[in-house]
Amino acid sequence: MTVSTTHTPATDLGFLLVKHPDRVQQFEMPAGQAWVMFPEATAERCTAALLLDIDPHTLTSARNRAKAPESAGLGQFVNDRPYAASSMLASALGKVFRSALRGASKDRPELAATPIPLEIAVPVLRCRGGAEVAARLFDPLGWATSVTPIPLDDGWGDSRYVELRLTGTLRLSDALNHLYVLLPVLDDAKHYWVAPDEIEKLIRAGEGWLADHPERTLITRRFLSHRRALTGAALARLAEEHRRLAELDERPEPDTVDEPEEERRQPLAVQRRESVVAVLRELGAARVLDLGCGPGALLADLVRDRRFTEIVGADVSTRSLEIAERRLRLDRLPERQRDRIKLWQTALTYRDDRLRGFDAAVLMEVIEHVDPPRLAALEDAVFGHAAPVSVLVTTPNAEYNVHYELAGMRHHDHRFEWTRAEFAAWSARVAEHYGYTVRLHGIGEHDPESGAPTQFAVFTREVSA
Amino acid sequence: MTELLIPDLSLVALVGISGSGKSTFARRHFAPTQVLSSDYFRGLIADDENDQTASTDAFDALHYVAGKRLARGRLTVVDATNLQEHARANLVKVAKEHDVLPVAIVLDVAETLAWERTEARADRTFGREVLVRMRRDLRRSLPRLQREGFRKVHVLRGPEEIDAATVAYEKLFNDRRELTGPFDIVGDVHGCRAELETLLTTLGWDVHRDASGYAVSASHPQGRTAVFVGDLVDRGPDTPGVLRLVMGMIDAGTALCVSGNHEAKLLRKLRGRDVQLTHGLAESIAQLEAAPRELTDRLPRFLDSLISHYVLDGGRLVVAHAGLKEAYHGRASGRVRSFALYGETTGESDEYGLPVRYPWAQDYRGKAMVVYGHTPVLAAEWVNNTICVDTAAVFGGSLTALRYPEKELVSVPAEAVHYAPVRPLHTLPGAQRPADALELSDVTGRRHLETGYGTVTVAAENSAAALEVMSRYAMDPRALLWLPPTMAPCSTAPEGEFLEHPAQAFEDYRSVGVTKVVCEEKHMGSRAVVLLCRDEEAGKRFGVSLGAVWTRTGRPFFDDAAMTEELLRRAGVAAEAAGLWDELSTGWVLLDCELLPWSAKAGGLIREQYASVGAAANTALPAVRAMLATAAGRGLEVSALRDRMARRGADVARYRDAYRRYVRLTDGLTGITLAPFAVLAAEGVSFASRNHGWHLMLADRLCAADPELFTSTQRRVVDLGDEAAVAEATDWWSTLTEAGGEGMVVKPFEGLAVKSAKGRPVQPGIKCRGREYLRIIYGPEYTEPETLDRLRNRSLGRKRGLALREHGLGLGALDRVAEGAPLWRIHELVFAVLACESEPVDPRL
Repeated sequence: MTVSTTHTPATDLGFLLVKHPDRVQQFEMPAGQAWVMFPEATAERCTAALLLDIDPHTLTSARNRAKAPESAGLGQFVNDRPYAASSMLASALGKVFRSALRGASKDRPELAATPIPLEIAVPVLRCRGGAEVAARLFDPLGWATSVTPIPLDDGWGDSRYVELRLTGTLRLSDALNHLYVLLPVLDDAKHYWVAPDEIEKLIRAGEGWLADHPERTLITRRFLSHRRALTGAALARLAEEHRRLAELDERPEPDTVDEPEEERRQPLAVQRRESVVAVLRELGAARVLDLGCGPGALLADLVRDRRFTEIVGADVSTRSLEIAERRLRLDRLPERQRDRIKLWQTALTYRDDRLRGFDAAVLMEVIEHVDPPRLAALEDAVFGHAAPVSVLVTTPNAEYNVHYELAGMRHHDHRFEWTRAEFAAWSARVAEHYGYTVRLHGIGEHDPESGAPTQFAVFTREVSA
Repeated sequence: MTELLIPDLSLVALVGISGSGKSTFARRHFAPTQVLSSDYFRGLIADDENDQTASTDAFDALHYVAGKRLARGRLTVVDATNLQEHARANLVKVAKEHDVLPVAIVLDVAETLAWERTEARADRTFGREVLVRMRRDLRRSLPRLQREGFRKVHVLRGPEEIDAATVAYEKLFNDRRELTGPFDIVGDVHGCRAELETLLTTLGWDVHRDASGYAVSASHPQGRTAVFVGDLVDRGPDTPGVLRLVMGMIDAGTALCVSGNHEAKLLRKLRGRDVQLTHGLAESIAQLEAAPRELTDRLPRFLDSLISHYVLDGGRLVVAHAGLKEAYHGRASGRVRSFALYGETTGESDEYGLPVRYPWAQDYRGKAMVVYGHTPVLAAEWVNNTICVDTAAVFGGSLTALRYPEKELVSVPAEAVHYAPVRPLHTLPGAQRPADALELSDVTGRRHLETGYGTVTVAAENSAAALEVMSRYAMDPRALLWLPPTMAPCSTAPEGEFLEHPAQAFEDYRSVGVTKVVCEEKHMGSRAVVLLCRDEEAGKRFGVSLGAVWTRTGRPFFDDAAMTEELLRRAGVAAEAAGLWDELSTGWVLLDCELLPWSAKAGGLIREQYASVGAAANTALPAVRAMLATAAGRGLEVSALRDRMARRGADVARYRDAYRRYVRLTDGLTGITLAPFAVLAAEGVSFASRNHGWHLMLADRLCAADPELFTSTQRRVVDLGDEAAVAEATDWWSTLTEAGGEGMVVKPFEGLAVKSAKGRPVQPGIKCRGREYLRIIYGPEYTEPETLDRLRNRSLGRKRGLALREHGLGLGALDRVAEGAPLWRIHELVFAVLACESEPVDPRL
């Protein structure tokens, strides 16, 4: 990274940064060395370069990997950290130019408080969310932002990296604080676990500019590594600072490209859960299985109703079960309440004796995540082996997708989405084979052409006398 | 001298007052671990053997341990006074729960002697009145023991008798483990004498006849033993004839027979009980009334002698009329007999009014093969190492025998429909049962797996992690017969510019006594396991049409099913042309391959990971070098930095060359090739013991048949004692890797299941990767001397251990496939390979 100025005398930059322009200085960093030097130092133009020489093998040492979040990608042995600007560069900035960041200068105090013409170049920066995010972050701060994409090998198009150039007339300390905050924000993969003291760093570095920044939510969220609790706290403090609470509702981040399409249609998800719970009540089910419970949205609804005396959330993902456990606050529930809920790891392609003997099993948006050739195993495990009195199945209605402007299916992990005819045929076959009767419904707004967005089948076992 | 006979699996309750010498007796006659003493358990619970307040907890614990021992089939002796009925009732209950016989041994000594002994002990502080009360309890108990459920009660009176007593064990009637066969196990005969004679003749038996021409016995020239699964009688045309023949065979020692429910009912009828003459009993009674007295007189004794089941051949074979779950094997109790004769029903009835039977065989996970009858089926089929051989002979089906240990089925058709079936034959259970249903408990939790190549322990959290991959992404387990084990690299080169070098690979094998190796070119592609079926008929049992192709984590290799089909179709044509099917006399074959190019599967990874880093480095380093040049231009001392950055620039250029070599444009199957290097298994056989010359020879024939689809594997066979051959192979490796090859895999020439001189399994292969290739693994600049030196400290132990464990699991799975084991037995090992892969091991190795 280089910082240049054409302020005269330009060599005053050395005073502001507290680094002698004629010396090459080396600093030890946790993962390598930082160098500061001045490739140019004339009265007309002076350039300070901060060069970070990261040793990739320090990064990948077991100790460092254990310390860093997975998202930082340090687990990859071939990784871009030695070559791209990141939170490590920001850390180096914070260490090497500490007093300049504070705006303090023993030798040129008035210059430190004065905006000067600056030019900043970052040769390689990973820019998450696309090049235009950089402009959205820097432009409101008075920079002219120029972003040049860096191509991959021949024919593969652009890489995820850009070359960033900023020009503007700003106080040096502001410029450095912008970089300190925004470089890691653009990279969006901190090399260390973010702790609550990170809020202090953000508030300090963002003083005077962050609270007004139109993208402060995005900045705060990413700077705090998407940790919800911390982000909330930081936003509240920024809000307090300006007493503009009203504006600071959490707005959806425009940049969540990999967020599942469906999750955002809250109303449909809610309607689905409501329909399922209503049918469970109607059936008089007291002991209920939520198969493929995921993070436990339905479980939370079920827990609220005392008529469900035993609620089992089952999922193959231990991670999802952990989230469900937190969401349900199981550890804080009174014992009697807690005993109603169980969370089990299971896989629906295997028979699981624990799942036998329940009043009802819910497969809410589950079957479409199973490869069609494995559906028979699921049918055997659920309808044949667990064999609850009732089985409630919801799945997307492929015909309704015309309303969504989708390229493919509603979720990247969907293995299939069925038309109403396909779902009806499957339901009828399963019901016939396992001795159930089935009723079909729709959930969500019913379209005369394409039906409702969600299909819903309620299977009830014919209990032999 | 009194010899106390007790069943070799029983719960023995010692009964006697304090000081009667129970503990001494127990010590003398039983192993310390067989004896559960209430004193000891009180100590365990409360740190004081005499703390009577701990008794309830102590007995809870004692009963728990006794239950665990009995479940495992261990004789257990309870050393407590056992003077009170409730105490004994608890023991009888534990025994019954595990279907073992409770036995009481009463030590009856005079109170005076007991008091003498008590006074001699410092820790016994109770008064004499306690002994008086105990003595009274004992006198009351004695006549009750039998009624309380103790099957044997031994009473030893006075110290002399106690001292002189010895303990001897008797086997249960069902324990015939000493009989090793070979056996011919015959399904429900139901009075079909003619069919039985035909079946025996077909099986090679000589049927002996008396003067009147009646078949009275049979023997087999090879000394085989017939085992009848019961239901000899009722419904059919000649129940007396069947009984005459079978009774004669049993008398001659050429047959065994377990009781069927029809024998039990007939016996009740013969004993004058009031039973309904239904289900063909009326026919038997009519036929027996017409039969000669010398036959019918013997009948009650014969029927009464039939036991519920036999455990044969060292415990490997169990025969019971209606089958038997594992917990009941070799046990004796009312419910064991009931299960063996009648099976378990669910309490429901089917549409024909017949009781719905609980499908115990689907849950069966036992080691012993269970052969049974009782429930007519259209054809005998294996379900989890159990088989029902009642093929409805009397209803016009066939009479079937299973040859053991050959596992061969022999059937003769019924000569007529002798009895009208309640439900039509074609609706009998047969093909539609889900024998392949897997249970969660087959794969989850902490598991100890015996592979035949050592025991492998899988941690519960690893199983949990694998469960998600297996159930969400992997292939149908029916086709997923094997997963490739991870492979360890050779020992690290101690110095020089190489991290991995052939010298170490060869030394690794030399040091474990392997003298001949094959060096195979390591293709840089993606591992692909190919199940190739000759036709759709052969694919049926795997739930596929022409086969399947999967990755090292068991996922379908291609997202596009049509591509898989096309690849399999072409591979099938090549296999046909290469004569594989006939030579291996198989309808399917399992191939271990590498699929090329790397970019076909890993395009996304190369782009996102390798090429991205390349692009970043390729931009950053020139910018830095330009900056440093400017700095140097104004006299700053940056020469060391400039040198370093120049070297890094060169490394990055080589790194980019390294990954770009493995990128090739493909379009559908065009440009894709398979490099097979092992033929793992085919129908009924694992090829683990074939040498690599054979494996590669077959691979070469595939390549010759379709050189476009198949790529051959360059190789060198090296005698490790031949310096020249070693040098030649080393040169070959250098040439290969300098030209951009990934490297080579060195394998013991003799095959996949080679053992070291000391009998330990050795690595089935060791990889030795090229210097340039390793940039993709260790980063563009790993060749920097200080980096290289640090990397030399890499530790290979874990990786090697993992490679061996996974390899053992894989070999075990191939063996089980070969022997036609039930799906869960194959799947548990394949699953475990995936679970092992969740272990944290340096992925660069």
